[in-house]
Amino acid sequence: MMPHLDTLWVYMARSPLLWLTATLLAYRISLFIYERSGRSGLANPVAISVTLLVLLLLITDTPYAVYFDGAQFVHFLLGPVTVALAIPLYYQLAKLRRNWFALLAGALLGGVASIASSISIAWMLGASPLTLLSLAPKSVTMPIALGVTEKMGGLPTLTAVMVMLTGVFGAGVAHYVFKVLRVEDDVTSGFALGATAHGVGTARAFQLSPEMGAFSGLAMGLCGILTALLLPLALKLFGVI
Amino acid sequence: MLDTLLMLLVFQTLGEGLVYLAGLPVPGPVIGMLLLLAFLVYRKGYADRLAPSASQLLAHMALLFVPAGVGISVHFHRIADEWVAILVSVLVSTLVSIVVTALVIRGLSRMRKEGKS
Repeated sequence: MMPHLDTLWVYMARSPLLWLTATLLAYRISLFIYERSGRSGLANPVAISVTLLVLLLLITDTPYAVYFDGAQFVHFLLGPVTVALAIPLYYQLAKLRRNWFALLAGALLGGVASIASSISIAWMLGASPLTLLSLAPKSVTMPIALGVTEKMGGLPTLTAVMVMLTGVFGAGVAHYVFKVLRVEDDVTSGFALGATAHGVGTARAFQLSPEMGAFSGLAMGLCGILTALLLPLALKLFGVI
Repeated sequence: MLDTLLMLLVFQTLGEGLVYLAGLPVPGPVIGMLLLLAFLVYRKGYADRLAPSASQLLAHMALLFVPAGVGISVHFHRIADEWVAILVSVLVSTLVSIVVTALVIRGLSRMRKEGKS
């Protein structure tokens, strides 16, 4: 009846269509789990999608390069989405003007402290230079972090892992940190959350209050720009790249 | 949707072109974002036309991280070799980043308020 059934998999597994579909399907499943968990920080959609797809690649013995042939169409959209960050940023410009000095200083010092501590700790614990380069932009929103890492000669896929870890952990613990520090206003807590845990933190902030979300989004954009502009320059200055 | 996508691609192209010509050490899309921001400030009201479809795109930003994230499969041995360094570094520096950012902003806003009163 169906003489080609045995070769169907061989045919499909090589086509970009299958892996593009699998990527969207995995994301859809992860969104479902995320919603069912009551939007818990532990049920991060990216982490779940990646786990599902990695398992699928392992089971079917598919190389990452074959997978990426299909998934690249999704990956490509990171560029346009980075450009699109200008739009929410535009709506926050008035608030930014009022608090610009404190926020800019917070973003700069927080970013420097984050990058310096991550690189020095990993270096002391014996991480390789490539890992150090890939760690540096981990507090920045994924599209910018990947662009920066590619530009500096780090490993984008490794950076993606670091960015996700940072986002999920930061969004999870921020609430407790603010309690300990007695930070109660939405502007400060939202900004610190976005500056550290980028998009994942911003999604979390929007659940707590709209103002917190807006400032988290602002921090995400601002830190992204600052890191993209200053990190490669700083590393060049120190002769790392 | 089409207009928004076209705008985003045009500004990304401008950004990439500028980065290439000027030899900037910055990703092209970031320059594209700054150019678009400048354009939105210059053409007041244009943002309202882009906002609905742009927010749809931004809502599913998480999906776009998945292909790069799956790349973890290529780095299993690297992560297995260096997992202590990676984990400690990520956890500690994430805490450092939240604390420093929050304290700097709180300190400076308090100083400004005291300066005014």
